[in-house]
Amino acid sequence: MTASVAVGARARDVVGTSPARPDGIAKVQGTFQFSSDLGGDGVLWGMTLRSPHPHARIVSIDVGPAWRIDGVAAVLTADDVPGSPTYGLISHDQPVFARDVVRYVGEPIAVVAADHPETCRRALAAIHVEYEVLDPLLDPEAAIAGTHPPIHPDGNVIRHQRILCGDPDVTGEVVVEGTYELGMQDQAFLGLEAALAIPDPGGRGVELHIATQWLHEDRAQLAACLDLPVEAVRLVLGGVGGAFGAREDISLQVHCCLLALRLGRPVRMAYSRRESFLGHVHRHPARIWMRHHATADGEIVKIEARFVLDGGAYASTSSAVLLNAITHTQGPYRCPNAVVDGWAVRTNHLPCGAMRGFGVVQACFAHESQMDRLAEACDLDPVEIRLRNAMRTGDVLITGQPMESVAPVERCIRETAALPLPDEPIGGHDHDPMRLPGGAGRTADEAHVVRGIGWGVAMKNLMYSEGFDDYSTARCRLADGQATLKFATAEVGQGFVTIAAQIARTVLGVDEVELDRIDTQIGSAGSTSASRQTWMSGGAVDAACRQVRERLFELVGAAHGIDPLRLAIDGTDVVDTAGELRVPVAEATAGVVIDETVEYHHRPTEELDELGQGRCHTAFAFVAHRAVVDVDPELGLVKVVQVATAQDVGRALNPLSVVGQIEGGIAQGLGLAVMEEIVQTDGVIRNASFTDYLLPTFLDMPPVVASLVEEPDPQAPLGAKGVGEPPCISSTPAIVAAIRDALRQVDGVGRRLDRVPVRPSDIALERQ
Amino acid sequence: MTAMEVYTLRVNGDDREVADAWLGESLLYVLRERLGLLAAKGACEQGECGSCSVLVDQHLVCSCLVLAASAVGREIVTVEGLAPVGVPSDVQRAFVDAGAVQCGFCTPGLVMAATDLLDRIPDPTDMQIREELAGNVCRCTGYGRLVAAVQQVAVARREAGEPA
Repeated sequence: MTASVAVGARARDVVGTSPARPDGIAKVQGTFQFSSDLGGDGVLWGMTLRSPHPHARIVSIDVGPAWRIDGVAAVLTADDVPGSPTYGLISHDQPVFARDVVRYVGEPIAVVAADHPETCRRALAAIHVEYEVLDPLLDPEAAIAGTHPPIHPDGNVIRHQRILCGDPDVTGEVVVEGTYELGMQDQAFLGLEAALAIPDPGGRGVELHIATQWLHEDRAQLAACLDLPVEAVRLVLGGVGGAFGAREDISLQVHCCLLALRLGRPVRMAYSRRESFLGHVHRHPARIWMRHHATADGEIVKIEARFVLDGGAYASTSSAVLLNAITHTQGPYRCPNAVVDGWAVRTNHLPCGAMRGFGVVQACFAHESQMDRLAEACDLDPVEIRLRNAMRTGDVLITGQPMESVAPVERCIRETAALPLPDEPIGGHDHDPMRLPGGAGRTADEAHVVRGIGWGVAMKNLMYSEGFDDYSTARCRLADGQATLKFATAEVGQGFVTIAAQIARTVLGVDEVELDRIDTQIGSAGSTSASRQTWMSGGAVDAACRQVRERLFELVGAAHGIDPLRLAIDGTDVVDTAGELRVPVAEATAGVVIDETVEYHHRPTEELDELGQGRCHTAFAFVAHRAVVDVDPELGLVKVVQVATAQDVGRALNPLSVVGQIEGGIAQGLGLAVMEEIVQTDGVIRNASFTDYLLPTFLDMPPVVASLVEEPDPQAPLGAKGVGEPPCISSTPAIVAAIRDALRQVDGVGRRLDRVPVRPSDIALERQ
Repeated sequence: MTAMEVYTLRVNGDDREVADAWLGESLLYVLRERLGLLAAKGACEQGECGSCSVLVDQHLVCSCLVLAASAVGREIVTVEGLAPVGVPSDVQRAFVDAGAVQCGFCTPGLVMAATDLLDRIPDPTDMQIREELAGNVCRCTGYGRLVAAVQQVAVARREAGEPA
């Protein structure tokens, strides 16, 4: 469909341009309402009592002393949950409140409501819980081996899945292997969990204003726990201050609604930063063994792998994360034979679930580290080994699924390689110590610093997998030259609100596009995750607008005696492609209301069978990263100098937004490479604050040089692939490879650096 | 809660009375919950992220670390005081145009910090921008478009200030 692409001289905010976000001015002026900004007179505060133990039996709970504190309005425990006592995204294994046993530090036990947050804190401190501390399960291997008693009725193994492809006994002339570990990363969105629940009179229903990634999924889980009909639970998207996977699961939703319904008064809850670390799921820590077999020329013959993901206390999306991890074992490379064994297990660590990259981050750190080892073993350049194995459309994956997506892997690598390297020498032309590893610490001596270059290339599935129909719904209403769009797509910062309007302008030839409130008063949009909303909700908006346009053409055709099939949109006009007619859309729609609602579904997928075979994924995107780092080998300090990337985006609907996703994703990949890790000792989190959990700042993040590889994907409704996740996937191994490259230059010795985040001690002490 | 007194804060040029407040409340809490000025955001509660940045007597501070009662007699400026609603400042406009806004939660704090930076250093180098703004964490953007926004304002102001 090319007729609707603007051809007029006037610049219009259509697809392919980068108009300003519709919520931009409100956000810079501070008037945009985040979920934590919702309150009002008479609204009570809610707060959660959490377990201090990773594993303990609850002997007794005495809430009496909390009730005696002036200003306390409610104290609720497991006894006060009217409906399902548990919830969960895939299996409902997580209690609303712990009743008999706690399984992680931070597990909710009770909530209170009071007039002031300080009153809440005192009330929580007054609740007396007697625990019998139990032996925690902290070693994932013990969960697999069955040597620890089950810590949950569902058992200690969440999912075990194998993949067997081709000949398991074939070997290669060159064999490299390694064991890789990734620490637990936190999404660390800035806008803490917050909600406002407003009960209906008589407790017959509730309206929840919530920062979430998936309104309808929250609603279904909420209704079950509250024992209310789904229609009685209405959700409205409160302004979302970032998400990155951490808002896909229930956190405070049920608690907040329970308090509001019990009290018949609005209740707000807002997590502290410490509580946020405890209250949402994290990226799975992983231990991955991989063995690559290759020909002497570096062509992959077989990959063997074993994945162990620590799911923490509750299942969340662990089974899907595991699927993603093992099905991305090969990365963006051809692989004819594979033997993969994957485990996602339950422990008494913090629960893990979705985070940007969703299992592929873990797989990619392992396969990219392996590719570098393979290159070394074959005496090849890191770029050359990747080019030799680069996947192409039509290749068959280790799951037996054919690669039907556009797969410009080679082009991503070549375009990345062609991007300029930094022109600044170590320390910069101005010898500013701020440019050195350690920065403001002024610790590194310029003469000791070594520069390295490393590579990472990734494949990432888009949308949900294994038979899940994660459809999206959109409604388009066209009246008097103005389009109104309605959808339940969670805008979490990624900018769907911007491209939704761009799509409507493009298809309908209108300039005025109004966005209705994002809530559950329309069908589900699915989750804002899995790099799926541009494709899915973009597809739904596009389809709804096209249906409206067809109706418009019928009207115009009837009015002018023209076959509607001859009509097209040109700029802001309806035109007859075989005649003279040209009518402005505004004029053609005067007094007319056209209203269409459409569900967009992606093509069906299958579950994997016992041997890990099946067309389980919907589509794929690809990306290459090249990192340049300066390393002080003595102190183990790293300064990332530049990240270059070429990303397969299909088609950039909003190039500025794509760049924003690329730069932001790379920052999170950098964080995992050298800074970010939730540290737990004996099941107790040690760094639940921004003082102790380190996030990349302006000074940690280098300039990004990006090239957008645009090969529109015929499967994608707008040709556009999701762009959110790939940037954070292979940026991590690229940075680690660059550190290894720098250290190799110091004394010619290769370092494993097989664990992220890489700590200064890993660099400085592994040298001995 | 018990034991309150009345005190007055001068915010964005207006005297605002704070009554019945617990004296342990931070400036951030009082701005947001008592005075209804919601632009400053709380994200770490320990001065690490800068989301709550405001000016107190022209010094950029994290309002989560300042006791509200200790700001009596001082000039407090929040994002609400930078420009009227619907008439964004050049810094605010540049943030939007340059793509420096995604989720927007860090944005008010960064707008304050960038405004303060450009007032003190009208023509900052790239490194100065990064160093000066390093107290403000953004989790969405990776900072590239934020640096571009600040540079954009510096260039525009310089060009506007040059004699015709």
